[in-house]
Amino acid sequence: MLKIRDLKARVVDGPEILKGIDLDVNAGEIHAVMGPNGSGKSTLSRVLAGHPDYEVTGGTVAFDVNREPQDLLAMEPHERACAGVFLAFQYPVEVAGVSNTVFLRSAFNAICKAQGVPPIDAFDFRDLLAEKLELIGMDESYLERPVNLDFSGGEKKRNEILQMAVLAPRLAILDETDSGLDVDSLRIVSEGVKRLSTPHNATLMITHYQRMLQYITPDIVHVLMDGRIVKTGDHTLAEAVETRGYDWVKEAA
Amino acid sequence: MDAIADRPKEYKYGFVTDVETEKFPKGLNEETVRAISARKNEPDFLLEFRLNAFRWWQEQEPPRWAHVEFPPIDFQDIHYYAAPKSMEDAPQSLDDVDPELLRTFDRLGVPLHERERLAGVAVDAVFDSVSVGTTHQDILAEMGVIFCSFSEAAQKHPELVKKYLGTVVPPRDNFYAALNSAVFSDGSFVFVPKGVQCPIDLSTYFRINASNTGQFERTLIVAEEGASVSYVEGCTAPMRDENQLHAAIVELVALDDASIKYSTVQNWYGGDEEGRGGIYNFVVKRGRCEGARSKISWTQVEAGSAITWKYPSVILKGDDSVGEFYSVALTNNKMQADTGTKMIHIGKNTSSTIISKGISCDQSKNSYRGLVKVTPGASGARNYSQCDSMLVGDGCEANTFPYLEIHNKDAVIEHEATTSRISDEQLFYLQSRGLDSEAAISLLVNGFCKEVFKTLPLEFSVEAVKLLEMKLEDSVG
Repeated sequence: MLKIRDLKARVVDGPEILKGIDLDVNAGEIHAVMGPNGSGKSTLSRVLAGHPDYEVTGGTVAFDVNREPQDLLAMEPHERACAGVFLAFQYPVEVAGVSNTVFLRSAFNAICKAQGVPPIDAFDFRDLLAEKLELIGMDESYLERPVNLDFSGGEKKRNEILQMAVLAPRLAILDETDSGLDVDSLRIVSEGVKRLSTPHNATLMITHYQRMLQYITPDIVHVLMDGRIVKTGDHTLAEAVETRGYDWVKEAA
Repeated sequence: MDAIADRPKEYKYGFVTDVETEKFPKGLNEETVRAISARKNEPDFLLEFRLNAFRWWQEQEPPRWAHVEFPPIDFQDIHYYAAPKSMEDAPQSLDDVDPELLRTFDRLGVPLHERERLAGVAVDAVFDSVSVGTTHQDILAEMGVIFCSFSEAAQKHPELVKKYLGTVVPPRDNFYAALNSAVFSDGSFVFVPKGVQCPIDLSTYFRINASNTGQFERTLIVAEEGASVSYVEGCTAPMRDENQLHAAIVELVALDDASIKYSTVQNWYGGDEEGRGGIYNFVVKRGRCEGARSKISWTQVEAGSAITWKYPSVILKGDDSVGEFYSVALTNNKMQADTGTKMIHIGKNTSSTIISKGISCDQSKNSYRGLVKVTPGASGARNYSQCDSMLVGDGCEANTFPYLEIHNKDAVIEHEATTSRISDEQLFYLQSRGLDSEAAISLLVNGFCKEVFKTLPLEFSVEAVKLLEMKLEDSVG
């Protein structure tokens, strides 16, 4: 579904952060990308979503759309979203004046339109929202509140997963979704993510710690250091990192 | 960003209509004032009104206190009267009006002919210094509603004009009010008699066409006891490198239990990216809640003009009267706006609401200035003010100047203010959910302005939204 080859990127006019990433993600897989601070984890997630602050200096990213690989890097951010890529932000952005419902429905219908599907009406959408809210353990009071405004850190993270549940992406990239969550929220969010995982979609979890991995067992774990993936393994790799630290990976690599 | 967003959109109303125009020579003296009055064949009291204003104006200096910058205006370098020659013999019906003028209003989206005109809105179309025609007059007349150009009112209803003109904005109110009172050309007159709810929206479309010409419109709306009316004003002008002065006066009078809703969608040409050209929009708009339980509500969407300088205000004289001011002011390029309102509480248990949304882009300056005054006798007065600013980009400026003069200690006054910024991060967030930049901006702006937009009549609200989206795309894209 996603094929990244020798991807190099930097902050516009800044030093190179990604120094050649290779990564393959197939439908039905859950991947975890782990790494110490400054290793390039968040940069990778933002480059995949098309953040304008970053510039790709080399390599390719192919993303399958209707089973045909497409050049993801040539797409605008909204085109990537419409093609099925979703980024759960590490720091979700506040949008004053726009309610969660209006935002979600606008986004949902924008994606429907891009995919040639008729828009959903307000009643059907309400039903859809009710079902997804339950999945994330949120109540209806969130819907009329402006997007992320005055939300606690945990609420913001849950709101990201609510968006993911509603927009049903084929590739979900979770950028440090586990940071800033208390134990209960972490469990609820993790279970939500797990239940959203199907044989037809894939999840890329970007994380510093192994916290979320206690609830979700990744199929494949990558360790990212200094802009490169230095080690790939199964879920036991995450446990090893947790007990022995990143220095151990560096020495082993 | 896509190619469309990269290319600044032309101001779509910037065309010039090619008609033969009669202009008075440049310059202003007593003769000019007399000539305007004579051209309009006015009753003597109006000439006296004008001359009185002119003599006072001559002794005044232009005010400079607004937070805007512009070179001194040479008042002798302006034509004070311009009208298409074809309007000279005052056509009796739209059939006699020059087709070129009718086509102009078609292009502006305000068709006047019976076949095409908007069903739910009566329109008075003002071209430079004259009214070209007014639609739906007969239907309104059946209900006793008078809706006509100011010039026609001066001819046909001089007693009403005499009774109310200058009672809300006296000729000596300020420099520009005096100038307008001396040289006003055309505008609209509305009179809704006792107990009548005007069934359709009334609207005036102001078009500046001639160059080097000032437009000095005068509008007077009177709602008698228990009457109500909703009035909408639209404005555009050609793109020119010169600045043109538009100094209008609008007076509203609401008697007992009457209500007047006045909405403006202002899109005068605002000048180019370098700040060349555009309209100076210096306007005095004021309403008087004369009667008990009367209500006056101003909604303005100010999206054009090189400089906007105006404070649609309400004098709350009647007990239990209500004043409202809802405003969206958008400035881009090098536009400047200093706008807001004055709520003067005089009667008992009066209340006022102020909702102001300023959006500044590019290198523009956008200021809210507002006064809430509670006089000693105004017991039970309440005011709620909310002034929000949104900044788009780094080169713009937003200011808030709230003034409170509270002379009655049981007044309840609330004021809230916020400043926010459309950031790249916010746009990216919305885009990453599938919205293109246009849809993302539209969502943000609609969210920011929705309290104001919902007070506009529906079709104008749609137009206002489109207008802001178009202007913002240029700045954000």
